[in-house]
Amino acid sequence: MSTSALPTADVALAPSGRRADHTGSVAMRTVRYALLTFFLLVVLLPAYVLFVTSFKGLGDATPSRAWSLPQSWETAGWDRAWEVLSPALLRTFSMVIPASIISAMLGSMNGFVLSKWRFPGADVVFTMLLFGMFIPYQAVMIPLVQLMQDLGVPSGVPSLIVLHVVYGIPITTLIFRNYYASIPTDLVEAARVDGAGMLRTYSSIVLPISAPAFVVVLIWQFTSAWNDYLFALFFSNSRNGPVTISLNFLASGQLQDYSASMAGALIASLPTLLVYIILGRWFVGGLMAGSVKG
Amino acid sequence: MNRGWRAWGPPVLLILPSLILIGVFVYGLIGVNFNTSLTDQHHRIGGDVAYVGFDNYKTLFQDDTFIYSLKNLLKYTGAFLAGTLVLGFVWAWLLEKGVKGEGFFRAVYLFPMAVSFIASGVVWRWLLNNAEGDRAGGLNRLFEQSGLGFLQNQWWTDPNWGVVAIAMPAVWQLSGYVMALFLAGFRGIPDELREAARVDGATEWQLYRHVIFPQLSPVALSAIVIVGHMSLKVFDLIMAIAGQTNYTTQVPAIQMWVEFTRGDYARSAAIGTILLVIVAFLIIPYLVYTYRQERLTR
Repeated sequence: MSTSALPTADVALAPSGRRADHTGSVAMRTVRYALLTFFLLVVLLPAYVLFVTSFKGLGDATPSRAWSLPQSWETAGWDRAWEVLSPALLRTFSMVIPASIISAMLGSMNGFVLSKWRFPGADVVFTMLLFGMFIPYQAVMIPLVQLMQDLGVPSGVPSLIVLHVVYGIPITTLIFRNYYASIPTDLVEAARVDGAGMLRTYSSIVLPISAPAFVVVLIWQFTSAWNDYLFALFFSNSRNGPVTISLNFLASGQLQDYSASMAGALIASLPTLLVYIILGRWFVGGLMAGSVKG
Repeated sequence: MNRGWRAWGPPVLLILPSLILIGVFVYGLIGVNFNTSLTDQHHRIGGDVAYVGFDNYKTLFQDDTFIYSLKNLLKYTGAFLAGTLVLGFVWAWLLEKGVKGEGFFRAVYLFPMAVSFIASGVVWRWLLNNAEGDRAGGLNRLFEQSGLGFLQNQWWTDPNWGVVAIAMPAVWQLSGYVMALFLAGFRGIPDELREAARVDGATEWQLYRHVIFPQLSPVALSAIVIVGHMSLKVFDLIMAIAGQTNYTTQVPAIQMWVEFTRGDYARSAAIGTILLVIVAFLIIPYLVYTYRQERLTR
């Protein structure tokens, strides 16, 4: 695996010149498509349940009709879910957007310095940073709660922005570093010879060609901050927290309101699903950059 | 000296804020947390706090529930790793020869990854409903209706293997990711290698055994490390499906949270440190390995 590539899915996963379907008999091919379709249905099964159950009325909730379509398509569950989740949705956006932008900027600067404007010990520093990506946050949580209180960062959105920025540094640095490693060093050297300083080189040479990496990092941070539950649980509550908190609150109530829970799960997932559907190619590219390395 | 500083001073300054943040929020807090775990701070507002050495760790390892939760973590991780690696590999293998509609299959296999564990927990709690027979819902109902009634089971409420049921949604969410890794791995194998093996008269199995599997092993290693460390930290899914009080799905991360809510900071901190040590066994060799690779390729 090369460290340099920051591929979109199409590049990373393109068939390597072999033409489709030249291997195997008709029977083999049939089996292959049958298996692929079977797995497709299995993967889609939970999505079917979510969708169908969210439109069921209360009378439709009997176990015997569990897998059937709704007798009548009702949106009451969606209304109940929206009531609980809509304030949290706004808060989540106001938390996730600044968090992603700030951590992308930090990652870009770090990645540049670690790949194209190096200093002694850069590799050790990079490895030390990477470690932060893998730690279980449980191992810092108790003093972290104390620290955030001492710093006076309010619970809820402000705390979560700080946390997602700080603990996002390793992954964003990794993605940018791998991306910058792939651009020709000559480009940077030329600017250096011309007497441009570091900041000048960064802002006029490197930053303008960073768009692909920014897209990947922004998607990555957006998704992981949106889907976070652990930090949200420790640093917010259902009145000032993100949508994962409100969703779990809605879904784990004493009354099992399945249609509202399922509608809520769909509402809470919609932003990341949309990002994934519209920008999926880069999303996968980000996954590859975040893992296939070394 | 002056020249040296002028050369590497600016880059160090640029990265310094991040280094300080990671230094404090990762390394510093790990230290403070470890320190707390050596004290008797068992109450939220504890007046005098005294050091008790490794007493908290001793109590934990003598506690049946904690041992049970470690065993649960092991079972869960085994199931999660096996499931994602097998499914991810099979999907990549089915797709790698090039099929019509590959992009579509790929997108569907991957989409669960965009969803939070909390949201998928909502539907999986419904699917893994443990009622059987007439009252059965979810998957048990589906089995009953399709003549596979013998497959009905207690899912996550089973005391021995319940935690493995929690791995099912995790596998559902992450297999597509492992597929993407393997697919990239398959396509990184030069055609010449396969052709050469075929010319030498290698059977299909020998081709896989001696050419393809070795070429895929770095990818498999990445997958094991990424999925493995996620697995050891499992928390969200259990909170969403079984809740924090359910015994059969206890794992260290859940217990850490429960001790925290009780205000037993010392015990909670000790569990956090134990979790860190477990993850470190997986991560540090990997980081050292990638660091060496970097040096070699530079």
